Amino acid sequence: MPEKKLALTGNQAAAYAMMQIDPDVVAAYPITPQTNLMQKFADFHADGDVSTELILVESEHSAMSACVGSEAAGARTMTATSANGLALMVEIVYIAASLRLPIVMPVVNRALSGPINIHCDHSDAMLCRDSGWIQLYCVNAQEAYENTIQAIRIAEHPDVLLPVMVNFDGFITSHGMENVLIHDDEKVKKFVGEYHPQYPLLDPALPLTIGPLDLHDYYFEHKRGQIDAMEAARKVILDVSGEFAKEFGTRNDGYFRAYKLEDAEMAIVVLNSTGGTVNIVVDRLREQGKKAGAINLRVFRPFPGEELAEALAHVKCVAMMDRAVSFGAMGGPIYNELRSALYEMDSRPAVISRMYGLGGRQIETSHIEEVFDDLFRLLGGGSVDEYGYLNVRQHEPATVKA
Amino acid sequence: MPSFKEIALTTRQRLSGGHRMCAGCGATMLMRQVLHSLDPEDEVVVTAATGCMEVSTTIYPYTAWRCSYIHNAFENAGATCSGVETAYRALKKKGKMPHSFKFLAFGGDGGTYDIGLQSLSGAMERGHDMVYVCYDNEGYMNTGYQRSGSTPHGANTTTAPAGKVSYGKPQFNKDLTGILAAHRLPYVAQAIPAKPNDLLKKARTAFYTKGPCFINILSPCIPGWKISPNETVQTGLLAVDTCFWPLYEVVDGVWKLTFKPKEKKPVVDWLQGQGRFRHLFKPELRQDVIDEIQAEIDRRWHELLLKCGEGA
Repeated sequence: MPEKKLALTGNQAAAYAMMQIDPDVVAAYPITPQTNLMQKFADFHADGDVSTELILVESEHSAMSACVGSEAAGARTMTATSANGLALMVEIVYIAASLRLPIVMPVVNRALSGPINIHCDHSDAMLCRDSGWIQLYCVNAQEAYENTIQAIRIAEHPDVLLPVMVNFDGFITSHGMENVLIHDDEKVKKFVGEYHPQYPLLDPALPLTIGPLDLHDYYFEHKRGQIDAMEAARKVILDVSGEFAKEFGTRNDGYFRAYKLEDAEMAIVVLNSTGGTVNIVVDRLREQGKKAGAINLRVFRPFPGEELAEALAHVKCVAMMDRAVSFGAMGGPIYNELRSALYEMDSRPAVISRMYGLGGRQIETSHIEEVFDDLFRLLGGGSVDEYGYLNVRQHEPATVKA
Repeated sequence: MPSFKEIALTTRQRLSGGHRMCAGCGATMLMRQVLHSLDPEDEVVVTAATGCMEVSTTIYPYTAWRCSYIHNAFENAGATCSGVETAYRALKKKGKMPHSFKFLAFGGDGGTYDIGLQSLSGAMERGHDMVYVCYDNEGYMNTGYQRSGSTPHGANTTTAPAGKVSYGKPQFNKDLTGILAAHRLPYVAQAIPAKPNDLLKKARTAFYTKGPCFINILSPCIPGWKISPNETVQTGLLAVDTCFWPLYEVVDGVWKLTFKPKEKKPVVDWLQGQGRFRHLFKPELRQDVIDEIQAEIDRRWHELLLKCGEGA
């Protein structure tokens, strides 16, 4: 299939990426809003468009368990999930990373239960924040498609060998239809390349024991290995992003997309689909002569703290918009890391936390304007709440103690 | 077919000595027997659930496994093995796999009857070409004998202990082999390491039957059952002779006894040799509990005979 533009949902776009990757094995279980991603892939499978062996398991726990077995055996392996499905598999999510298995998994972000809710927020991805997986985020369907392809190269790089989650927003991105540029089949296959596992189970010349009991005398060293691999991923993510941009003529975002940030005095940092909405508000404010900018964070693990600090060095006021809550913490999970990243700077911007969109709560340009209004007030020497919540009843900010 | 002794002495050793299982452990005996049933030229990948066998054979940086082996977690040996087996088929299909592999998953009764039942059921239903062996030592023995779905009625365990108002586990054990037979698998069997020729034959049938096969193997546990290391075989044989653990197989839905005791012994013969049932005899005889156990064994044995077309 030569390069062509198709009207696709984010789920379909990710399924197209999986079709072009043509993994050896896919093990998956349906969950809203991931379901029609796997349905689309199953259509490709039923039509013979992929050579993949599908394992239609009885739960997400078994999906990730089968992925671990398959990837350890030496097969390129993928799955996809959302929310409670990710929560159910999380035990094995950690094991996959510790066994250094380069599994790639689109995660269609949805609020975790309870109360049960099917709509978007990032609590599922944040649950796996410390699992040892690389986490990529996507503003739109195009990025869901391209990040899924790049994820294979990042995961399988010999310096990395870590699994990758490709996150995009449930319903907003997964079910919203967009024009998506699907790249040439052969070029994608060439970019992804053949999988050459270093230590497959299925090699009679070198029988392996994978997953032994690892006690106080070695466990820490193996964790250090994971830490080093995550650090090594920093360079690989940039290299793959650069190579992809060169090969396919796309934007080279690296860790994040800085939007009108060069001369910005105030900026919002945000990830996934709200990035697109924020950028529109930035455009409007620019028309009014206000120096607004934005960062659409593409990589959360490894966290590009130094690069964010550098990019925000000249900005006076920053708002971090988190779509997940860390109860009892000082603001949202990414806010905490961003503020830490800025700590070493000689003159650091003021940073405020704005939580939004839990359980799919609407996030509109007016809400983002509220955030910029607060930043503008800060710029002018006024004071605003450090922690805020957008578009929620009972609007009084919670008191947060250090 | 050569005798078990000849095979054991001459075939390829896939599980080496020097592991840290207990002296006299039934699980290592049965695992050797299962692996000995493979043709020496066939490769095997072993998938383990968390349990005694796993922790005692693979303490990093050592391993007792001379074949490829993977341990993932406690409850997912079925799903993990299904992933390995599918990877093999995928690579075979693409011409990337010149070797011939068999797939064995094993778990204890904790990892099979209880926490891993869903994962096992899913793997069996999907029809993977694999063998699942449950080494059933009737409790969570790796962590000091907590009760499981397989623990027999009346046994003294650390989580259902015998006490002033308790005689031990109040429930009867789950019929896991029956559950697996209800999956309509091509081959399901019960075995015991005390009858190696029978076990060897069953394991071989399972490995060389296409599709998902299951064998439940009773594995006497020295510290859990509170028996001596030299009593593994004798205690196992008594489980068979009392019909607590009948030896049978279900081939494509047809039930068949592979051994019928000449004389069905009373269950008390099996109970009284094990420390975990001592409280049923001392300080006072709990004949009521022993009678309940006997009645349940009789009921199940009668059912099995009917299924096997033996009459009752």
